Amino acid sequence: MNMEKRKKIKSISYAKWGYIFLIPFFAMYVLTYFIPLISTIYYSFFENYMSGLKQIGPNFVALENYKSILFDSDLPKYAYNTMYIWILGFIPQITISMLLAIWFTSIRLNLKFTGFFKTVIYMPNLIMAAAFAMLFWALFSDIGPINNLLVLLGFEPYRFLSEINGNRGLIALMNFLMWFGNTTILLMAGIMGIDSSIFEAAQIDGASSWQTFWHVTLPSIKPILVYVLLTSLIGGIQMFDVPQILTDGNGGPDRTSMTMIMFLNKHLYSKNYGMAGALSVILFIVTAILSFTIYNNLTEKDVYSKHRGHKMKGGKNEK
Amino acid sequence: MKNKINKILCYFVLIVLSLMCVFSFCLLIINSTRAHSQIQKGFSFALGSFFGTNLKNVLSNGELPVVKGIINSLTVSSLSAALAAYFSVLTAFAIHSYEFRFKRAAFTFIMMIMMIPSQVTALGFVRWMAKLGLMDSLIPLFLPSVASPIVFYFMLSYMQSNLPKAVIEAARMDGAGEFRIFNQIVIPVMKPAIAVQAIFTFVAAWNNYFIPSLIIRSAEKKTLPILVAQLRSADYLKFDMGQVYMLVFLAIIPIIIVYILLSKYIVRGVAVGSVKE
Amino acid sequence: MKKFKRFVAITLIFVMTLSLIACSSPTTEEPKQPEEPAEETPAPEVDEAEGKEGKVLNIWGWNDEFQGLFNNYFAGKGLVPEGVEVKFTIVPNRDNAYQNALDEALLNQENAPDDEKIDLFLVEADYALKYVDTDYTLDIIKDVGLTPDDISGQYKYTQEIVTDSKGAIKGTSWQATPGLFAYRRSIAKDVLGTDDPDAVQEALSTWEKFNEVAEKAHAKGYKMLSGFDDSYRTFSNNVSAPWVDENNTIIIDDNIVKWIEQTKEFTDKGYNNKTSLWDDQWAADQGPAGKVFGFFYSTWGINFTLLGNALETPLPEGVSATGDPEAYRAATEGNGIFGDYAVCYGPQNYYWGGSWLCAAAGSDNIELVREIMRVMTCDKETLTTITKDTQDFTNNIEAMEALAADDTFASAFLGGQNHIKLFVGSAKGIDMSNISPYDQGMNEGIQTAFRDYFNGTVDYDTALNNFYTAVIEKYPELKRPE
Repeated sequence: MNMEKRKKIKSISYAKWGYIFLIPFFAMYVLTYFIPLISTIYYSFFENYMSGLKQIGPNFVALENYKSILFDSDLPKYAYNTMYIWILGFIPQITISMLLAIWFTSIRLNLKFTGFFKTVIYMPNLIMAAAFAMLFWALFSDIGPINNLLVLLGFEPYRFLSEINGNRGLIALMNFLMWFGNTTILLMAGIMGIDSSIFEAAQIDGASSWQTFWHVTLPSIKPILVYVLLTSLIGGIQMFDVPQILTDGNGGPDRTSMTMIMFLNKHLYSKNYGMAGALSVILFIVTAILSFTIYNNLTEKDVYSKHRGHKMKGGKNEK
Repeated sequence: MKNKINKILCYFVLIVLSLMCVFSFCLLIINSTRAHSQIQKGFSFALGSFFGTNLKNVLSNGELPVVKGIINSLTVSSLSAALAAYFSVLTAFAIHSYEFRFKRAAFTFIMMIMMIPSQVTALGFVRWMAKLGLMDSLIPLFLPSVASPIVFYFMLSYMQSNLPKAVIEAARMDGAGEFRIFNQIVIPVMKPAIAVQAIFTFVAAWNNYFIPSLIIRSAEKKTLPILVAQLRSADYLKFDMGQVYMLVFLAIIPIIIVYILLSKYIVRGVAVGSVKE
Repeated sequence: MKKFKRFVAITLIFVMTLSLIACSSPTTEEPKQPEEPAEETPAPEVDEAEGKEGKVLNIWGWNDEFQGLFNNYFAGKGLVPEGVEVKFTIVPNRDNAYQNALDEALLNQENAPDDEKIDLFLVEADYALKYVDTDYTLDIIKDVGLTPDDISGQYKYTQEIVTDSKGAIKGTSWQATPGLFAYRRSIAKDVLGTDDPDAVQEALSTWEKFNEVAEKAHAKGYKMLSGFDDSYRTFSNNVSAPWVDENNTIIIDDNIVKWIEQTKEFTDKGYNNKTSLWDDQWAADQGPAGKVFGFFYSTWGINFTLLGNALETPLPEGVSATGDPEAYRAATEGNGIFGDYAVCYGPQNYYWGGSWLCAAAGSDNIELVREIMRVMTCDKETLTTITKDTQDFTNNIEAMEALAADDTFASAFLGGQNHIKLFVGSAKGIDMSNISPYDQGMNEGIQTAFRDYFNGTVDYDTALNNFYTAVIEKYPELKRPE
């Protein structure tokens, strides 16, 4: 109790440092993104686009843009596409990354050449998405090596880039290849942050690998895990680069690989700030609801409570 | 024995995954050795004999300042990575370690802007930079990284598991100032996280095309992705996929070097156990 | 492990440095254009006296094609006045970056300092009217000062593409890009019993006849065309009305419907190979292993893209049709199907490609802009030289007719045919008065949307609906027909 009180007094007297340390971030944000952002929201209530070089509007239309996106566009279809492709890539991504992160950090396995493997699995992320897509085109084209291989093995050639599942599958595969190394590194950073004495203790207590993972690793890396889940979800909702390049911006057959941000990007062609603004606001609200639901379900109510971290510290004090 | 089988299984999976990852690099290298018309007619695993020709064509093209492009990309990416990492740790530290009235509001605000797709503000951002007189300058390409919500969020998550407040309080009792605590205690603890995010930011900046293509005009300020796009929109007389692949190949060499240099810190970083009490 | 990484890093640095050193030396040996105009060229005195002309000439484009030509045939000839700096701004096409950047700059033209104002910029036909039909471009006669006589030698269709709604010509091009049908002689012999260009042309002179030949070719195991979009330009260049009417309603012309019907029929009956332009398969179809009767290609495509694809082994460096004839013959003879192609007009005249020069309103270098336009797009001598140097088909009727009559201008690739002769015939028949500012989005949109229909993924109505959705996203002012 006494301890608590002392801490409180301390932190109050240091409050101004909290503000000071926040200045760079907020100053830069306001200076660079905030003004365009506010104007985006503002113009979502206007009819405002370019017809060639001619500016149309801005004419105030209240909620017209929102109405036409929610009721007259194919947004639900694009939302479905986006989630479908995201899940298709994310499930293998998180599974394999978790597995690799554990293997790489496991003392029991004591794998060799981990440095090499860690370097290699991250490499696809180093290539420009555009270049990566060019390679995929070459590989999976109607006369590409993959189809040659299929024919050789006695299968019918499959027109990956003209089929709905082919397109979606390739996008998911590219996303997976580009990001599983990244996720592995994140999870590894989380696992390596855990005090190794805990693992040693678990080993001495005779815990199985599974028990160690479930009772020691997983709870300890929860913040990182929530981070991975949230940023992947947000990244998924914002999926753009790979499908845009792979389908040349057209969204594949019958627009079935058109993601929400690709749809948004379509409106930027005519600098349609009205529709793009309304779509952005809708996307933002959806993302915010999803993210906060996940965040609140997976983390304790008050993240900054000073009690937080005691759990970990407790673990460390025991040694 | 069981451990041995496990190990073999692990190596098998790792090798398969590594092959998948390396495969695209092999394709890239193979295609950079082939002539345009060979590449156009479909992929083949045979190495071509045009590596030297492609390399020479890319480097001798007067309108394509490759070396300048590499320098520009290095400048933008290093500064982005450094700014994003340092200031995100600073911001996360503010939220993590201090109690103040608008803390909750500040945190919520940053989390909200993290959810705004970057495409939303792209064109507005460019227009705003034009008003500030920052067109055709490298500054808008790296300076905004000071405010990187995703990096911030990572730093905060990492701090929550790795930076006990007791450490800071101990330092305060020793009479250290807040800036000193940050630079001499927090930053070393955060090293692995900084290395991770520095790599991610570096790579993202290195491969970024959309915003730079709208901001940069003059040849001597172009970054590599703009040069790649420029090669790809060459006219028919000069359109040469061999050159495109060669440039992409050249463009990943520096980034692989940077990656290998930084990945050292990730591997060592926490293992040493920077959280000492 | 650390050792391994250091090894990789050092190796990479080493390779990179080595390649930079190895490859920077040969460049210096290459003959370079003189950096600055020769001293002895007399600078136009007038400008100095008036002090009106700006010191910086800004030219915008999406690639360096014009920059190369300009350096060789204008700046290289010492035609840039002393003290004037020519600055090229090149923004790539990808993701519409060029037009985005150009739009911003033009809208900001009034506030820009004189030395940063755009003076000249390049456009493509499909979106030329977006710029031409505004006050941001100058009338090349009234404002820039070219005379009607200057431009009288150009092909008419190249002017129609840049004529605004009031009839003013607001751009000019150095090239004309008429298209032809390039067919395989060996396949024509097998299918039609002859490979003579006149006889083949007779057999393909209408779409009905074209379809009949397709059927015959199919019976013999060939494909008539490679993909869906091959014949597109021949239909879309011959529409009876622009894509959009005066009420901003989208019109799908009968000729476009004909393209859809023909292509669907070809696809379903197996007359084509289901490719899209620039696919791997499309390029391979043009090569030694291809079984495709022919390809619609315009000037630039035949002697460059098609030729490259037809060869088994690519031409060694430095060998070209305009270079050393002995080396060229040695490299091409018996290489792939070199010599097996021939050209004929095909069922309808069309063009494909080309770039136009527009003068930007607000330019402070009108005199120089006029001079560039005159020399680069009107001057018979310059244009003849360009054609001789690059094999490009340039925009001067007289010059091209002279080359058409010159039998030494035969193409070995086309089995000795003088393709210029056919281009001349084709170029005169092109009518582009029905071009619209929306052509870029419409052409891309309809090809993309109907690819799914041809592939059998969606039905006709869905494809049409996807087309409308896509183009109205691009051009919000447009409406679907009732």
